[in-house]
Amino acid sequence: MYQYNDFDRDFLAERNAQFRAQVERRIDGSLTEDEFKPLRLMNGLYLQLHAYMLRVAIPYGTLNGGQMRQLAMIADRWDKGYGHFTTRQNIQYNWPELRDVPDMLDALGEVGMHAIQTSGNTIRNVTADHFAGAAADEIEDPRPTAELLRQWSTDHPEFQFLPRKFKIAVTGSPNDRAVTKAHDIGLRMVRNDAGEPGFEVIIGGGLGRTPMVGKVLREFLPKADLLPYCEAIVSVYNLLGRRDNKYKARIKITVHENGLETIHDLVEERFALLRPQFKGVDQEMLAGIEAQFAAPEFTTASVAPFKDAYHHDPVFRSWVDTNITKHRNDDYAIVSISLKSQGQTPGDATSEQMRVMAELAEEFAHNELRISHEQNVILPHVHKSNLPAIHAKLKENGLATANIGLISDIIACPGMDYCALATARSIPVAQQIATRFHELKLEHEIGELKIKISGCINACGHHHVGHIGILGLDRAGVENYQITLGGDGSETATIGERAGPGFAYDEIVPAVERLIYAYLDLREGEDETFLQTYRRLGLAPFKSALYPEAKANAA
Amino acid sequence: MSKPFTPKVVTANALLEGDVVYLDATGEWARDLQDADVLEDQASAELKLLEAEARSHEAVGVYLADVVLKDSYIETTHFRETFRAKGPSNYAHGKQVELK
Ligand code: SF4
Repeated sequence: MYQYNDFDRDFLAERNAQFRAQVERRIDGSLTEDEFKPLRLMNGLYLQLHAYMLRVAIPYGTLNGGQMRQLAMIADRWDKGYGHFTTRQNIQYNWPELRDVPDMLDALGEVGMHAIQTSGNTIRNVTADHFAGAAADEIEDPRPTAELLRQWSTDHPEFQFLPRKFKIAVTGSPNDRAVTKAHDIGLRMVRNDAGEPGFEVIIGGGLGRTPMVGKVLREFLPKADLLPYCEAIVSVYNLLGRRDNKYKARIKITVHENGLETIHDLVEERFALLRPQFKGVDQEMLAGIEAQFAAPEFTTASVAPFKDAYHHDPVFRSWVDTNITKHRNDDYAIVSISLKSQGQTPGDATSEQMRVMAELAEEFAHNELRISHEQNVILPHVHKSNLPAIHAKLKENGLATANIGLISDIIACPGMDYCALATARSIPVAQQIATRFHELKLEHEIGELKIKISGCINACGHHHVGHIGILGLDRAGVENYQITLGGDGSETATIGERAGPGFAYDEIVPAVERLIYAYLDLREGEDETFLQTYRRLGLAPFKSALYPEAKANAA
Repeated sequence: MSKPFTPKVVTANALLEGDVVYLDATGEWARDLQDADVLEDQASAELKLLEAEARSHEAVGVYLADVVLKDSYIETTHFRETFRAKGPSNYAHGKQVELK
C-alpha cells in the first residue's frame, strides 16, 4: 500500500501548521469569517446545521488498520465517538469544535491522512473501485493511477481555482463499481485490440441539478498518456468553463454547451502540446507507485473450515451469499462489511466498530481496508479459511448484516439532519425503509435493489442512479419526496425517470412499499431484478402502483 | 395592506463550537431558542440583525428566522429551524440532550 514519503509528510505538516495559525487568527479576531471561510474549506472544514464538520479524504477508499484506528481515536477524542462514511469515499466528523481541528489534522497527518481538497473548486479526492486490486474481473489495479492523479492534482498551481469542483473516478474493471459515468472525468480500464491495457476516457458526467451520463471522449488512451491527457482536459475546462453562473460551471455543462466534438478537438490539440513536456517523469513516478501497490503475498491453506461452516451454519451461509464477492485468487474472498444494519444511519460506524474492523484487517486481511462509495467497508483480501472467524467477530459487534446490494443497503446523504444545504431529511427515510422491509421479511426475496436518497438537488446520495431514487425537497415549508425510477450507476449508467408528484414525509415509505409489491407481481421469475423488470415494462405499471388514486379517477 | 409581520429571532452558529445560537434580550448569545429575544417589528429586527452581523468574531452566518409566540413559548415556523433548535433526528445528540 502507498506509503507517504518525506515530501508528502513535510507538505502536510506545513499545511497543518499554516491552518493552525489561521484558526488562531480567526479566534483572536484578526481574520473575518469572509477571509477565513475559504481557508477552512481548503482544509475540509465546513460549518453545518448544528456544528462544524470535518471531511477527511480516504484517497481511492484505501486505508490500513492503523489508519482506521486513528480515525476511531479521533472520533472518541474530538467527536461523539463515531464517523460517517460518504459516497465520495471520505469520512466526516459531525461535531468537531473549531479549536480542536488543527489537532485533529495533526493526528491525521501522523498516519498520512488529511482533509485537503475535500472542498473548493479544485480536483477532489480521486475515487476508485472499492474492490480494486482484488476483483476477479479486474484488468489491473486502478489505484496506482488514482495515486498518480492524486499527486499530480494536489496543490497543482494551475488548478486551485477551477470554475467549479472537479471529480475523477477510476476503475480497473469492465464492470463499473465506481460510477465513473457520473464524474467530471471517468476512467475505465479496457484493453485495445493488441491486448494492452489503457483507459476509456469519459467526461462530463455528473448528478446534481442537471444530471448527465458522461460521454466517451477517447475510446482508448494508452496508460502512459494519462496525465498529459487529463491535464489537457482540465486546462481546456479551466479556460472554457463558465464562471458567471455557478449552476452552469461544471464540465458537464461546458461539454453540453460547446459540444463533445469541439471539446474533443481542443483537448487533443492541447494534449499534443503537453505530451512532450511530461518527458516520462510521470511514468517513472507511476512505476514507483505501482511497486507500492503490489498485491499481498497470498497464503495457501485449506479452505475446508470455510466449506464446513458454510454447510452447517445458515446465518454464516446467508452472510456469505450476500456479502462476499469473488476474488481473483480462488482461495480468497472479498468481504463487504455492511454499515447498514436495518434502522441504523447508513455509513455510520462507531469508534468501537472501527477498531474491530482495523483488528480484523490486521489479523486476517493483509492489513487492508476499503471504503465503498456505497458507504460500506471492505476487507479486500481474505483467505476463505478465515471467513468464519471474521463473521463471528463482526456478529458480536453489529457488523454482520447480510444485506449487501439488497433493499436495506441504502445510500443516504446526511440530509437535513446535518447538512446546511439540505431541503429535507434523508437518514430517517432510509432507516424507515430498511426497518419496514426487514419486518416484512422480504429483503432476500426482492433481491438486488439499489435505493439512493439525497436531501437536496446536489445529489450527494446519487439518487439519479438509484434503481429507486428518492430526492427530498422543501415544498412550501414541508418535506416532500420525489421518486425517480430506473436509474443505474454501473457501466450501463442511466439517469432515473421522475415518477410523478412527490410524497409527504409519512407517505414515502408506503409509496416505496407499493412499488415493491408491484415489482414482485410483475417480475418474470425470481431472477428478474427490479431494474430488469423496469426496463422491460417501463414506467407505466409502477406509476399506477405509486398513484392508485390517479388510476381510480381515470377509470 | 401589507402582510402582517412575522416575529423573528436573530440566529447564527457560534464561532468556537459551531452550534446554533440565538440573540437574547440582554445581547448575549443563548443556546436555547426559548431564551431568544423575539422581535416583533421590522425595524427592530433589522437593527438587531445589523448589530449581530458586526459580531462575527462570536457567531457566524447571522440571519433572521421566523417564529411564532404561543403563550410565551417560542415556536419555529419552518422545519429547518425546528431541527436547528433541537438537533439531528437519528441520534440523541445536540440540543435535545445538551439543553436538558
Ligand atoms: S445532497 Fe444536499 S443535503 Fe445531501 S449531503 Fe449533499 S448537499 Fe447535503
